[in-house]
Amino acid sequence: MILRGIQGEMRQSYAFVARNFNLVKRYWGWEVVWMAYSIADSLAVTFIGAGVGEITGQTQIDTNFMITYLLIGTLVWRFLSSIFHNISEMIAWERWEGTIEYTFMAPVRRFNQMIGQTFFAILYSLIFTVILGVTVATFFDLDLSDADLLSALILLLVGSLSFVGIGMVASILPLLYPERGAQMTNIVQAFFLLVSGIYYPVTVLPEWLQVLSKISPATYVLEGMRAALLPETAKSDPLTYVVPLLIMGLVMLPLGIHLFQRAERYTKRTGKLKRNG
Amino acid sequence: MMEASSTHQQPALIVNDVVKRFNVASIPWWKRLRPDHQNGHSSDDQAANGSGSSLKAKRGKEIITAVDHVSFTVQPREIFGVLGPNGSGKSTLIRLLSTLLIPDEGTVTVFGLDVVKHEMQVKRLINRVSVEASFFKKLSAQENLLYGARLYGLSGKVADQKARDILKRLGLRENSYTEPMEEMSRGMQQKVAITRAFLTEPTVLLLDEPNTGLDPRSKMEVQTFVRELRDVHNATILITTHDMYEADTICDRVAIMHDGKIVAMDTPAALKQQVKRNGHEPTLEDVFMTLTGEALIEKEADAADLEPEKV
Repeated sequence: MILRGIQGEMRQSYAFVARNFNLVKRYWGWEVVWMAYSIADSLAVTFIGAGVGEITGQTQIDTNFMITYLLIGTLVWRFLSSIFHNISEMIAWERWEGTIEYTFMAPVRRFNQMIGQTFFAILYSLIFTVILGVTVATFFDLDLSDADLLSALILLLVGSLSFVGIGMVASILPLLYPERGAQMTNIVQAFFLLVSGIYYPVTVLPEWLQVLSKISPATYVLEGMRAALLPETAKSDPLTYVVPLLIMGLVMLPLGIHLFQRAERYTKRTGKLKRNG
Repeated sequence: MMEASSTHQQPALIVNDVVKRFNVASIPWWKRLRPDHQNGHSSDDQAANGSGSSLKAKRGKEIITAVDHVSFTVQPREIFGVLGPNGSGKSTLIRLLSTLLIPDEGTVTVFGLDVVKHEMQVKRLINRVSVEASFFKKLSAQENLLYGARLYGLSGKVADQKARDILKRLGLRENSYTEPMEEMSRGMQQKVAITRAFLTEPTVLLLDEPNTGLDPRSKMEVQTFVRELRDVHNATILITTHDMYEADTICDRVAIMHDGKIVAMDTPAALKQQVKRNGHEPTLEDVFMTLTGEALIEKEADAADLEPEKV
């Protein structure tokens, strides 16, 4: 009986994984366009590193380091923002399709829904980022012989948990504001883009922004990733960044579910679930 | 269907003095200055805002009472019809029963389980077909149905076979099963929506105008299926419809809603007796027109009294 119950709950989580992969398959044209754009965008950023010597007129600059530094930034950001998008858009997408009432009417715990969405988001984002990274890397002659790839992968996976929590909180916006909520989530993403040191060290930011950078999990993922992949400049062991990321994940995941459930109750009280935006 | 057999001693549904109100956006001040808004809102405004009576809330917002002190009980295995004009509160009532809305006042129980306090248990007992088919449009019927079935804990293999059987009975072509929903007609989409609800064999099935867009043959198939769900699987069915013939033939009892209130409730035969005049044998449509039409005439007369040029 208990086994059947667990099996049923796992099927519920799997429902979201299968559905999302089916959507990717059916909207393959969008995926191709998005991948092409991401490759062009990542190359555009990374070429800044290749051209920094010419831009500044200094011949002593280690362009390989600059390219790797920017490449890490662009790939990590693509990965984390993909996770954030996949989670935060789960409501906006269902509002758009008009299926939200059926998903909310089904006997599914939000925890099971989150497990399914998270599994899909991490798997999809990993595949996307690997394709992107391999493609972009072919344009440059990179030396990653000293890189600690295992630590980099651990940091990426642990850091993604916090972004799932943040995505859950952001997905409340389309729930509460049927017309404008989806656009509002972009503001959340823009905040993390600015303060997390994606393309520059956070120390160049004004002091008040540096304070905000400390609450962004992306800051720790990036610093840890750079410590793992560019060990010659590392200030500390890459795995020391796992601890703040774990703490943030442990706080953000339950907080995200809790706030989402409260918002769901509010929409049921006010009748906002019905509107398809 | 286990739950039905263990709980069929008590009523399937108890709706007790339920009220549901909605805040709707206030009318901008420049529109309120227009002469046609000086004497309150037009009937079009009322219809657009949903239904029911309206009153002013704080900050100039309008409150619409979509369901106004509604009470009724549905017994297990009963087919209970809810009729009413557009915007009378039928769909809001279905949403309250489906756990998609929380009542402002009163209680709703499904086999003794409160829809607010025991939400998850209630969800396991119910399913719903709404007037909008509501699917992931690019996904096929198969992908949509398997997604829906898995949410209820069904295995993909079992759900796939059941879905094919039901759709075959409803007359959907085999090759349509794997086509994207957006390539299907409205009627075909509705058949898939009905299949989605039937797949989970709900103890209580909520049908909100399920036959909209269906041809006469498909309507009959759905009606046969509804009866079968009751007769074979002991399901209780609440159906809203504008098809009076359908209500007359399949419903054990019918409630007529108007402006968020139930204005009459009985068996179709008893309701017809209520409006019988001059030896004319009334239809359920006559009952509907009498009970909701008279109220409309009264309202129009009240509105005319407020307009000086018509006095």
